[in-house]
Amino acid sequence: MPKKPQLPGLVKGLGVTLNTMAQTLKPKSLGGGAQTIQYPHAKEAPPVRARGVIALREDNCTACMLCARSCPDWCIFIEGHKELAPPRRAGGAPRKVNKLDRFDIDYALCMYCGICVEVCPFDALFWSPEYEYSEPKIADLLHDKTKLGEWMETVPEAPALEDGAEKKKGK
Amino acid sequence: MNALLAADLPYWAQSLLRVLGGAVAVLLPAGTIVYLFLFKMMSFMQSRLGPMEAGPYGSMQLFAEVGKWLQKEDIAPEKADLPVFRMAPLVVLVSTFLLVAVVPFGPDAYFTQFDAGVFYMLAVSSVSTLGILMAGWSSANKYSLLGGLRAAGQLIAYELPMVLAVLGVVIQAGTMDLQKIVLAQNGGEIFGWDGIGNPYLLTQVVGFVVFMIAVQAELTQTPFDMPIAESELVSGYMTEYSGFRFLMFFIAEFATAGVFSLIASILFLGGWGVPFSWFGWDSVDSIDNWMNVVGPLIMVTKMLVLSGLIMWIRFSYPRFREDQLQRFAWKVLIPVALGNIMLTAILKVAF
Repeated sequence: MPKKPQLPGLVKGLGVTLNTMAQTLKPKSLGGGAQTIQYPHAKEAPPVRARGVIALREDNCTACMLCARSCPDWCIFIEGHKELAPPRRAGGAPRKVNKLDRFDIDYALCMYCGICVEVCPFDALFWSPEYEYSEPKIADLLHDKTKLGEWMETVPEAPALEDGAEKKKGK
Repeated sequence: MNALLAADLPYWAQSLLRVLGGAVAVLLPAGTIVYLFLFKMMSFMQSRLGPMEAGPYGSMQLFAEVGKWLQKEDIAPEKADLPVFRMAPLVVLVSTFLLVAVVPFGPDAYFTQFDAGVFYMLAVSSVSTLGILMAGWSSANKYSLLGGLRAAGQLIAYELPMVLAVLGVVIQAGTMDLQKIVLAQNGGEIFGWDGIGNPYLLTQVVGFVVFMIAVQAELTQTPFDMPIAESELVSGYMTEYSGFRFLMFFIAEFATAGVFSLIASILFLGGWGVPFSWFGWDSVDSIDNWMNVVGPLIMVTKMLVLSGLIMWIRFSYPRFREDQLQRFAWKVLIPVALGNIMLTAILKVAF
C-alpha cells in the first residue's frame, strides 16, 4: 500500500514555487532577481578553474607527443622537426631540440576530459575558462597553435600554494 | 430579454459576430494563459526570466512560436490512418469551441443560452476524449496508443467527480441554465445579508475543490499528466503530430484550461456579475447595459485567477502514477462529491 499524499507537504510545495517567484520578481537592488543571466547581453563569469578551452604555451612544448597519445579521442595533432640549437657552453656540441610545426586541437572531437593537461610534463597545456569559441562550421573548430596560444592570456594565475605545501624544486 | 447581438443586425451578421466572438473567446484566454503563466510564471517559479527577446519582456514570443509551428512540415506516419489522424486535433479543438458557446459573459453578452447549459457543457467537454483517443489510435505508434488509452481512462474517471461536483451547484441554484446560476449567485443573500450576493464558493467549497481537481485531470495538467508523460511516453497521443496539427492540440489544451476556468468562475465565483444589491438591481432586465462591457472583464479576471491556480499546481507537483490516479478518482473524489450532493440536497429541502 503506497503512502497517502501528505497534505502539509503539498501546501509546502506550493509555497516553495511561490517564494521562488517572489524572489525572482523582487528588484535586483533588494537582492532579488533570477539565477540565470541574459547571455548575449550579460556575460557569465565562469569559475576560475572552469574547463572552458585548452590553451597552449608554445615555448614549453617539446613535441613529446604524450598528450596526443593519451588523448582518448585522438583530437590532438602534432608535427615537429629536430633543429640544432647553439650549445649551452662555449665550445660544446650544438644541442638537438624539437621544434613544433603544428599543434592543432579539434574541439569538435575534444570531450574536455583534461587528460592532456594532466599528462603534460612541461607545463605547456592549461585549462582556460574561456567559452565563447563556437563556429558556424564544424571544420572551423580545428584550432591551430596560434589560436591556442592566444587563449594562454585567459588562463588564470595558478592559485597560491596551501600552507605547508612544498614548492616544486628544480631548475 | 433582448440579446445584445440581436439588435438590428441581419442573421448573417449576427452569425459572423458570434463566430468572431467565439474565436476571440477561445484564442485570447489561450494566448494569455500561455504567455502569462506558461512562459512567465513558470520561469519565475524556476528562478529564470523566460522569453525576453521577442518584444518587450518577450510579449511577442507567442507570434514567433506560432510562426515557427506554421513553417514546420506536416508529417504523418506511413501506417497512420490518415483521415482519422488529420481529424483528431480538429475534434479536440471543436470541443473547446462548443464549450465556449454556452458561457455567458454579461446580461446580454452570450453566444447562446438554453435551459440545459450545464448538461450541454458536461456533455461537450467529453468530446475531446474522443479526439484524443482518435489521435492515439490512428498514429500507428505504441506510445501514442498507450497515451491515448491512458487519457481515455483518466478523462472518463474524472468526468464523474466533475459532474457530481457541479450537481451540488445545480441543486442549490435550482436550474441548469448557466445564466440563471450567475443571477442566482449575485441576486442571492446570505442569511438575509446581500452585501456580496451568495457566491457558491462559500456553500459549495467541497464541490469547488473537487471540481478544480477534476478540471486539472480533464486538462491532463501535471499532477495528472500520465497520458502525455513526456519522459516515458514521449508526449503520448501527441507524439506523431508536428507543425500545424500539434499547434492545434496545444491551443486546445490551453484554450480548454481558459474555458474551464470561465465555467468554474460561473458556477462558483458568481460569473460576470457584481452583487446586485450594490446597484439596486433585482432582476436581469433591470441590470444596466454597461455590465455587458464590464462583465467580460470581470470574467477574464476570474478566469486568470483560476487558470493561474491550475498552472501553479501544474508547475509545483510531480506526476501521479496510473494506479494512484485512478484510486484517487474512484475512492476519494467520487465519495466526497456524492457526500456533498447529499448534504446539499438535505439542506436545500430543510431550508
